[in-house]
Amino acid sequence: MSSENKVGVYLCSGCGLNESINFDELTKVAAEENKVPVCKVNQWLCNEENIKVMKDEIKAESLNRVVIGACSQRFLSDVFNFGEDVFVDRVNLRENVAWTHKPNDEDTQMLANDYLRMGIAKVNNCEIPEPFQKDINETILVVGGGITGITSALAAAKSGSSVVLIEKSDRLGGWLNSIYKTEPFHYPYTEPEIPEKEKLISELKSNDNIKIYTSCTINKITGEPGNFNVTLSNPANESIIVGSIIQATGSLPYNADKLGVLGYGKFDKVMTGVQFEEYFINGKELLNGGPVKSVAFIQCAGSRDKMHLPYCSSTCCANSLKQALYVREKYPDALVYIIYKDIRTPAHLEHFYKRVQDEDNIFFTKGDVINVESTDDDLISIDIDNTLLGDKIQIRSDIVVLATGTVPSTLVGKPESGEQDDESDGKTLDGKKAAQSAETGAKILNLSYRQGTDLPTLKYGYPDSHYICFPYETRRTGIYAAGSVRYPMDFETCKEDAYGAALKAVQVIYNAKKGKAVHPRSGDESYPDFFLQRCTQCKRCTEECPFGTLDEDEKGTPLPNLTRCRRCGICLGACPERIISFKDYSIQMISSMIKAVDIPDEFEEKPRILAFLCENDAYPSLDLAGRYRLQYDPNIRVIPVRCLGSVNVVWIADALSRGFDGVIMIGCKYGDDYQCHFIKGSELASKRMENVQEKLKQLVLEPERVKLITLSIDEYKQIPEIFNSFVEEIVEMGFNPYKGM
Amino acid sequence: MSENIISSDLLVVGAGIAGITAAVEAAETGASVILVEKNPYIGGKVAQFNKYFPKMCPPACGLEINTRRLRTNPSIKLYTMAEVTSVKKTDEKINIILKLKPRYVNNRCTNCGDCVKVCPQFRKNDFNYSMNETTSIYLPYENAYPAQYVIDKETCLGETCSECVDICKYQAIDLNEKEKIISLETKAVIWAVGWDPYDAKNLDLLGYGQYPDVITNVMMERLASVDGPTKGEIIRPSTGEKVNSIAFVQCAGSRDENHLNYCSSVCCMASLKQTKYIREQNPDAVIHVYYIDVRSNGLLEDFYNSVQDDEKIHFHRGKVAKVIQDQSSKKLIVEAENSLTGTLKQNAVELVVLATGMKPATADIRIDKSSFDENGFLKINGTIGCGVITKPKDVAATVREATGSVLKVIQNIGRN
Repeated sequence: MSSENKVGVYLCSGCGLNESINFDELTKVAAEENKVPVCKVNQWLCNEENIKVMKDEIKAESLNRVVIGACSQRFLSDVFNFGEDVFVDRVNLRENVAWTHKPNDEDTQMLANDYLRMGIAKVNNCEIPEPFQKDINETILVVGGGITGITSALAAAKSGSSVVLIEKSDRLGGWLNSIYKTEPFHYPYTEPEIPEKEKLISELKSNDNIKIYTSCTINKITGEPGNFNVTLSNPANESIIVGSIIQATGSLPYNADKLGVLGYGKFDKVMTGVQFEEYFINGKELLNGGPVKSVAFIQCAGSRDKMHLPYCSSTCCANSLKQALYVREKYPDALVYIIYKDIRTPAHLEHFYKRVQDEDNIFFTKGDVINVESTDDDLISIDIDNTLLGDKIQIRSDIVVLATGTVPSTLVGKPESGEQDDESDGKTLDGKKAAQSAETGAKILNLSYRQGTDLPTLKYGYPDSHYICFPYETRRTGIYAAGSVRYPMDFETCKEDAYGAALKAVQVIYNAKKGKAVHPRSGDESYPDFFLQRCTQCKRCTEECPFGTLDEDEKGTPLPNLTRCRRCGICLGACPERIISFKDYSIQMISSMIKAVDIPDEFEEKPRILAFLCENDAYPSLDLAGRYRLQYDPNIRVIPVRCLGSVNVVWIADALSRGFDGVIMIGCKYGDDYQCHFIKGSELASKRMENVQEKLKQLVLEPERVKLITLSIDEYKQIPEIFNSFVEEIVEMGFNPYKGM
Repeated sequence: MSENIISSDLLVVGAGIAGITAAVEAAETGASVILVEKNPYIGGKVAQFNKYFPKMCPPACGLEINTRRLRTNPSIKLYTMAEVTSVKKTDEKINIILKLKPRYVNNRCTNCGDCVKVCPQFRKNDFNYSMNETTSIYLPYENAYPAQYVIDKETCLGETCSECVDICKYQAIDLNEKEKIISLETKAVIWAVGWDPYDAKNLDLLGYGQYPDVITNVMMERLASVDGPTKGEIIRPSTGEKVNSIAFVQCAGSRDENHLNYCSSVCCMASLKQTKYIREQNPDAVIHVYYIDVRSNGLLEDFYNSVQDDEKIHFHRGKVAKVIQDQSSKKLIVEAENSLTGTLKQNAVELVVLATGMKPATADIRIDKSSFDENGFLKINGTIGCGVITKPKDVAATVREATGSVLKVIQNIGRN
């Protein structure tokens, strides 16, 4: 306990708490047992006048640690805020005690007493975080000079950032160079639009805030947000310092060579949508100027196909509709067939679909293409099954266009059973293998991070993130994927996405300058401190950080990069030597809370269970259980943790050697559809259970004494059952033999 | 006067997922933000959803993080039950008039819940689309933010009753609270007013309003939610019994010249998701999905595939022509036409879910009407909007657009 700490305890007896808890006893715990100099009880703690009185008293008494024993920490956090110099902990007497347990019961009182002891221990073992200060470079690097890269570079530059844009080819524009028109994105959404490529590129080139490198790739990136050192390939080995990075490396068409079954590579008159588009960009004549009487579009060529890309490439439907109009315009007598599974033109694009449907000579056929052949009269025949009429039909056409799908550029260079996947020209890609693996093997960013060179991806090669709620939050802080490398998307969506990524790139720099964390612990000024003299180079922390925060020296000692850190504490949970701590979250802090709990001896027949709850989901869920007044066993002592991954095995060992009879950990769901806000935290916690079992073996204790449960925030109704049944199991097992030792 | 005017860098109108995202992203980039919401709670439609597709995870999870970001950030000022009544632009700033409807419960409310125990009056619970009732003094939903009760003045007996006022120990209730008008000054506005479900009563042949067992997709979200009117049990409203057969009617009002001529984008995925709600509760239930095109764009295709793997889910291509009731069995007969063959198909089910679409909630918005198309969507012009106000979209796309809209604001107003 630090001698500089001066603790005040303020207890609220309102909201029915006084009908459930004896506040004289609580006061004794604070004032007598813990010798807290100031301890007050108020029947309406949060009222404005009382807050004012409290503020004055805190100042007059020079309190720098305050324990509020009242409602949950999720309420009134702004009210119980006494300035930067006062560390506040909230002891949840309302939701966790009074509302969920038998009033005026011995066990309920013991629970309240213990929570107060734990709160006092906590504030005595915490320091007030002070943000780190670093020199922060504010330049944004944009990787990729296509529509997304150009848009994000312009967006960031116009908002006041310096931008460096690099493009690997010798030409800016990316896909814009291979497009005659786009589908309609502007009201009334009915006519294809000429993309503003030249305008965008000249705007980009004339912006003084933007520096452009073409024919340039990245040799290496070291460093962290606010200070990335990027070595470029052209000029050779030139290095630049940037603050954040937008990866807008785009996508490639699926490799049509794999679509022999649709006639590609067999018949000259079968071409991809990309090849078809070229005729219109260049004004070239189809069929060498011969008559074009019919064009058939085969949709989902290689998409929505378990043999190829299982997913939908999203843009091919509108693209073919657009190309159907090219045909109508240039060859007014030609017939157009569109063979599709579903026409996917969401939102305003429906107007475009309607407009194309209303056009003469365009025929839509729903069905599955089963064979493509050439005919004696030099046409291409397409056999279609599962049509709406129920029969097989055949369409004969002069030209067949395959609407091939899209594969993220993260798959460039992906090794496929020993051979390079970008066998051809680097312009098309086979995403099939990617469907089976999240490891892309890409080398685009060439991060010299301990955990690999590029953004970790989901299956199919798209970067991993909480893609519903927090789509930009990749697993590499300060590096934001945008555009078709992030998800299959059309031009307009790429532009929108570029703006979002640009905002995040600006934001991470803003927060790095202030020494603050970005999402999800936005604004957190704490950061991990490594007592490296005691490090044994076990590398657990460097391997387990979901955000690749830690590099390693040649011996394996962690090299922290604090602006990469998201403050989840997973490194703290991983470290067997207990050398990692945050000022306000440490091994010692939680251990002191565990030790503060009064453990009755076995003759009292009161088991004690320690529960670690993830503060993001499990703890709010427990709060909700309280709001619904769900009752559960009073022998549980809950400690909220930053993430289940931040739970160090030593806490479990501490608890068991202190005489706790069992330990339960409740965190977020993990796996493919993980809910963990730190991506891997709860999964790592479950993996570490092996170490826990080892520990239990050493202590000659039953493995069932420690349990890990996953719980969603809306599963609060399960909490009583989870707690009660665990207590029952433990009671059946018998008390911890270390009790009282 | 001017010292009474509250000023900020940015005003965000609407605190659904679009507005909340815009507000926190802006505040975390250094802007001061005023966030206004017409409901007594934040979260909008997302707060009413049971799960998100395709992860089948609860929206409350992301909302919890966002609420924490919002409530712990001193740069954000939130007004609920607030409506923008005037927007006046000058060269340097934008003057806003805000109407604050009385909540009748102030921020002294501690959520103790004593008032509910004494309130003798009831109101239809709009949060649950009137499928149940609450007392006249109510919390919009258990996890609502702000965690502050509100009184429905329409059903409240007022001072003649005053039971809640008497029992409240915290002087939190004022039955005479009056509407307030406040003036704000801001440099930029992001419109994020969201959407309303298309009114299913307009779809007269589909039986909504006529048969209690015809419900809408948004009602299904509440039925499936653990904090919903049935505590998460999906039941047949007419009998209260579990559902053994169900039909989803896609494009109910969407892609239809007589109703909404656009595609609402999310209803396919929403229904696919809801088939999983049903399956989880009843392994034997037979499910029919009537569709024109199944639009599970992008990686969402995996989810569609997983639904197709379920042998008791039948997909029928065709628009539903009508829903009628079989008088003897009381079951609903869903009649669909195959547009190519002209044949009619009928299936009898216990519950019909109309996958109604999204209408932008822009009818009362105080900006130049020429900014909107005839469906009420914001056209691409200088006005900054995000979420369904620009086009129908899902949550992921909304969050993306909301984040990007903040950069557009910073371009206009500069940085702090």
